[in-house]
Amino acid sequence: MKRFTLSDRGFDWINTIFLLIILVLIVYPLIFVLSASISDPQAVSSGRMWLWPVDITFKGYERVFANDAIWLGYKNTIIYTFVGTAIHLFVLLPCAYALSRKELMAKKFILWFILFTMLFNGGLIPTYLVVQSLGMLDTMWAIIIPNVVGAWSILVARAFFQQSIPDQLVEASKIDGASDFYIFIRVVLPLSLPIIAVMALFHAVNLWNQYFNALIYLSDRDKYPLQLILREILVVNQMQLNDPGGSAESLVDQVKTAGLIKYAVIIVSSLPLLLVYPFVQRFFVQGVLIGSIKE
Amino acid sequence: MKGVKNDVSVPAQSKFYQVKKNFARNWQIYVFLLPAVAYFIILHYIPMYGVQIAFKNFFANLGIWGSPWIGFDHFERFFNSYYFWRLLKNTLVLSAYQLILFPLPIILALSLHEVRNRMFKKWAQTLTYAPHFISVVVVVGMIVIFLDPTTGLVNRLIVVFGGSPIDFLTSPGWFRHIFTWSGVWQTLGWGSIIYLAALSGVNPELHEAAKVDGASRLQRIFHINIPSILPTIVVLFILNIGSFMTVGFEKVLLMQNNLNAKTSDVIQTFVYQTGLLEGQYSFAAAIGLFDSAINIALLVVFNYTARKVSGNSLW
Repeated sequence: MKRFTLSDRGFDWINTIFLLIILVLIVYPLIFVLSASISDPQAVSSGRMWLWPVDITFKGYERVFANDAIWLGYKNTIIYTFVGTAIHLFVLLPCAYALSRKELMAKKFILWFILFTMLFNGGLIPTYLVVQSLGMLDTMWAIIIPNVVGAWSILVARAFFQQSIPDQLVEASKIDGASDFYIFIRVVLPLSLPIIAVMALFHAVNLWNQYFNALIYLSDRDKYPLQLILREILVVNQMQLNDPGGSAESLVDQVKTAGLIKYAVIIVSSLPLLLVYPFVQRFFVQGVLIGSIKE
Repeated sequence: MKGVKNDVSVPAQSKFYQVKKNFARNWQIYVFLLPAVAYFIILHYIPMYGVQIAFKNFFANLGIWGSPWIGFDHFERFFNSYYFWRLLKNTLVLSAYQLILFPLPIILALSLHEVRNRMFKKWAQTLTYAPHFISVVVVVGMIVIFLDPTTGLVNRLIVVFGGSPIDFLTSPGWFRHIFTWSGVWQTLGWGSIIYLAALSGVNPELHEAAKVDGASRLQRIFHINIPSILPTIVVLFILNIGSFMTVGFEKVLLMQNNLNAKTSDVIQTFVYQTGLLEGQYSFAAAIGLFDSAINIALLVVFNYTARKVSGNSLW
């Protein structure tokens, strides 16, 4: 018996060390970016800054906050995320609820009709042509509507309604003379706050982080969401971030500040989600779980 | 249909009458379906109808229906083009690479499941999920910064250890590794959630019995935990196969440049380039259709195989 407890302890040690290595690998790049965003660029590029900030400066953030394109992108992203999430819920919840009701005829057909879109879709070009013919090019709707709801979300929300809204409750309300509209809004939705939170959060994160729809559907720079601005700064390297007034800086200094700005802009764009998600983590985990129960 | 059957008080009536009665009583429930059904028709089924331009010569002024049929010309042109084999190979290799790493989230879940200290477990979970919430643009931006030939962290380390700097991002040989492993960094923790949930459902009596028989922790993982979550593993594996040819091309597009195109050019980025940048709608639609046809074929084949071999499948 003693032999086993000893080897168990050894197992615990190895397992903990294994996990610690993985945690370091995952967290280190994030800490590095955070520290670099407030460190002297000289210290970062010479390797003096490797974990904690060195020679703290907020110049990067000053530049980021002084940049109109970033502010505008931020504003656009917030609008797209809120409006898009609201429409998402408006399309998703009634449909998922209806599919959970046993009175619904042709339920199997409707489910297949929705599920088939998971298996096959028209593809990039035919979808683009439809969005174009709807006159949505270069409008907010091109960002929001093409992916407003997915078959997976509908299945998940339907599973939730089936499990947690008792039939007797709906039937009792009907006997009291309530309409389906009334029951849905006054009885079902107040009982469904967890699934509403899950679905809203999933969709909001997707909208916040997506860039591709904006890339193909928007050409007016004033409508660009944050991610497209980030793409120009971080990936394409095409944005001029230099001091608008700025002949005071030498070219070398400008290159250094450009590096600093990149770190700062990563933090500014990612921090909202990274700060919020630990507090709503259980909703996200629930969302993944409800999805897995059904399938 | 079930709802109608419940009306036992009503004697046998014509089907039409029953349907009419169901509508009269429950019409509001059908109204609930309207926004979603309209969305799926307009943004999924109409594009499916539009796929026919793959077999046509699409002219915008003639519309999808009015453009002339030309059969399989676009497909032939694609199959015979210089790029075809390169695109197919890049897509398959990139997908296969990602698929080989499919077990990593399972290993993480098995490991997290063994942690007894609740605090540590919770922190480990929260920290490993974090990269999931970072946008793909930022991830690629971080890759660019870290791998920069002169100022990047990685190359500075290489220089410190006596090597010479490598321009990772313009090198075709490195593209696949960078793409795939940065993907692992981003999805490892999030991907483990579903397996952790499956593990928490394992019957504790099995472990008790195994302990009495003198099984070690490792033996119990291999003989109890892994077999217990096998159905979950199979289903997720099939789902992965179903998007085999999709390869997360939005990230490929961000990482692609002329110098690494030899390995980074995949079917989906080619569709984007020929279709939206060059305006060859019909040709690009044909390539896209080829891509999804392979996806569906793979999904069906693997689903069938999984059902025969393990008894678990999607349908």
